[in-house]
Amino acid sequence: MKLTIGHLYPDLLNLYGDRGNIQCFRKRLEWRKIEAEVIPFLSDDKIDFTKLDIVLLGGGSDREQELVCKYLIEIKQDFKDYVENNGVVLAVCGGYQLLGKYYKTDKKVIEGLDILDIYTEWEPERLIRNIILNSPLFETPITGFENHGGRTYIGSHTPLGKVFFGLGNTGKSGYEGVVYKNVIATYLHGPLLPKNPEICDYLLERALKRKYGKDISLEKLPDKLEHKANEYIVSRYSDKKYVLKETIKRYT
Amino acid sequence: MRLRSKLAIRCAKLTSTLIRKLNRGSGVTLPGYVARIIDPKILSVMSGMIREKTIVTMGTNGKTTTNSILYHALKAEGKTVIINRTGANMLNGIISAFVLATDKKGRLNADYACIEVDEIASVGVLPQLQPDCALLTNISRDQLDRFGEVDITYNKIKTAVQSVPKTKLIINCDDIISYNLILECKNPSATYGISEQIFDDISRSEIRESIFCRSCGKKLLYDFFHYGQLGIYHCTNCGLKRPKPDYTATNIIFHDEVYSFDMDGMHIDSGARSPYNVYNTLSAYAALCSLNAPSKGFKATIENFDYGNNRESIFTINGARVQLHLAKNPIGFQQKISLVLKDPKPKDVIIQINDTYQDGEDISWLWDVDFQYLADANTASITTTGTRCHDMGLRLKYEDIPASSTTDLKKRVEELAANGTKNLYIIVNYSGLYRTNHLLKELQNAKNGGYSA
Repeated sequence: MKLTIGHLYPDLLNLYGDRGNIQCFRKRLEWRKIEAEVIPFLSDDKIDFTKLDIVLLGGGSDREQELVCKYLIEIKQDFKDYVENNGVVLAVCGGYQLLGKYYKTDKKVIEGLDILDIYTEWEPERLIRNIILNSPLFETPITGFENHGGRTYIGSHTPLGKVFFGLGNTGKSGYEGVVYKNVIATYLHGPLLPKNPEICDYLLERALKRKYGKDISLEKLPDKLEHKANEYIVSRYSDKKYVLKETIKRYT
Repeated sequence: MRLRSKLAIRCAKLTSTLIRKLNRGSGVTLPGYVARIIDPKILSVMSGMIREKTIVTMGTNGKTTTNSILYHALKAEGKTVIINRTGANMLNGIISAFVLATDKKGRLNADYACIEVDEIASVGVLPQLQPDCALLTNISRDQLDRFGEVDITYNKIKTAVQSVPKTKLIINCDDIISYNLILECKNPSATYGISEQIFDDISRSEIRESIFCRSCGKKLLYDFFHYGQLGIYHCTNCGLKRPKPDYTATNIIFHDEVYSFDMDGMHIDSGARSPYNVYNTLSAYAALCSLNAPSKGFKATIENFDYGNNRESIFTINGARVQLHLAKNPIGFQQKISLVLKDPKPKDVIIQINDTYQDGEDISWLWDVDFQYLADANTASITTTGTRCHDMGLRLKYEDIPASSTTDLKKRVEELAANGTKNLYIIVNYSGLYRTNHLLKELQNAKNGGYSA
């Protein structure tokens, strides 16, 4: 078996250790003796979505997102068909915003891919901190780091999880991210996947099932270290004293 | 001097004495805070007392070394110079450096001030300091949780230098982001750069900021990269290109672990062990020349200069050679990995990753470092420690590099010093530096029987 992972525009969208998500996909396939091919598509490259099993759309700065926008227009329809056809997508931060209708920054409006019925608006105060979500899709809480100026309004979409600690989509809604078909879109860096191997395997399994049929299932991996790293953050922010201390520090 | 300023200085000094008496740290920021509360204009009052010139150094990597070169070069010319201590590079720390350097009457006796300024703090510091010259080392990704994005860092520096239009900029023109400041600001400027390829493949890695033309948005073409986004670039669309630098180093040769190079007609046999320090030396020299500051003794100064290339941070513990290194952002860490690889002998490695506010709470930058090279570094063991030791462990796991973790650094160092390869590298990020340095000194003294605890 083999999965092909398309990394979209790593020359423009490569903020915050996004490479870690690719590495996580790759290694967790290799450790299971499944072949992994990663294709980085630079901004001038042609993309054939029918050859891809997983697409990663990472984050970039507002300026880089603006640049990426003109490449996205060319692939808009193909990308949309891929998603509607149950293609697996992980979109992080800027990538998450770009899946929506638009991202209104302080200076202009960046047109999105219009795959999700969501939109994002910039506010001067950036939302920056560790974040923990509880999601009905996963047993283990999702941990990561958020750092975004945009507030994303997800309308009637299903969020990825409920915010246990942190700020999330708008800083107020109490929810974070979007799950739609085989798409997971989120603000969480960290990078997301290494500390949340359940999400990685969820996406891998869906990609394998789409390609090789329903009865494919992934064997379990020993994820002791992954859980330790995840648990460290969860237990830190379950400690009310610590949270209070951090809050005081933040505002002084 | 105004009474208010005098009072501010007096109180700041008192605070500093108190902190030291109470043994609550080195007291480098609180005195500045106190002085500023009493006299908000204290910094401009103080900088006005500098007899000749004020130089500020900013940038992601190399600030402290470059600032230290400037300081030593000027001292060697017989000048009295004020410098702020490592880490005290925010507004309060800088004010402290000035006020604590005053005499009993609150007066400064200084020809020059060499001040390292944090990029975010620059907006508040520069208008008050009104420096004669602002040296920028480079701009790359660092503490993204504080800075948000590299573009935000850039914009802060831009706002800061635009607020002091007479300040001369000393810019690394190999760095497209830094060079853009010259294009967007009206300040007088001078550039420095290196046209030879001096960095190895490991330093080069893949972290590249902004390789897109900032004027027209097209992808830049590079003849070659130094590291990060630094290199010889040009835009095929709008014609923007890396200019010919005003100051450059040539014939850069790495021999017997150190670099020698030619600069402005001088041949320099430096003690620099990393190519970054060739840049730092060049930039300091460019700043001195641009200010018409004396630089006759520069060659002698730099040939005796201690780049902190580990000399201060090498310890002998139980017969083992123990090196302490600071790595606080991806480019800095890549440099350390390159250094580890240059040592062919078997070694043990300890990596400490903390995530305090000073370190940066976001540790995802670890995934921007090419750790896979450590697989071929002849390591007998790798141990992770610090608050985010498991994140570091994961980073290595996903390169199939085995590592263990510990919560007791002291015990682990003792174990490895006794039973390891006798060649130990300890790489820490910011908040661990002071404590680890202290710990290693203690261990060194105890084991040498200098004094027993």
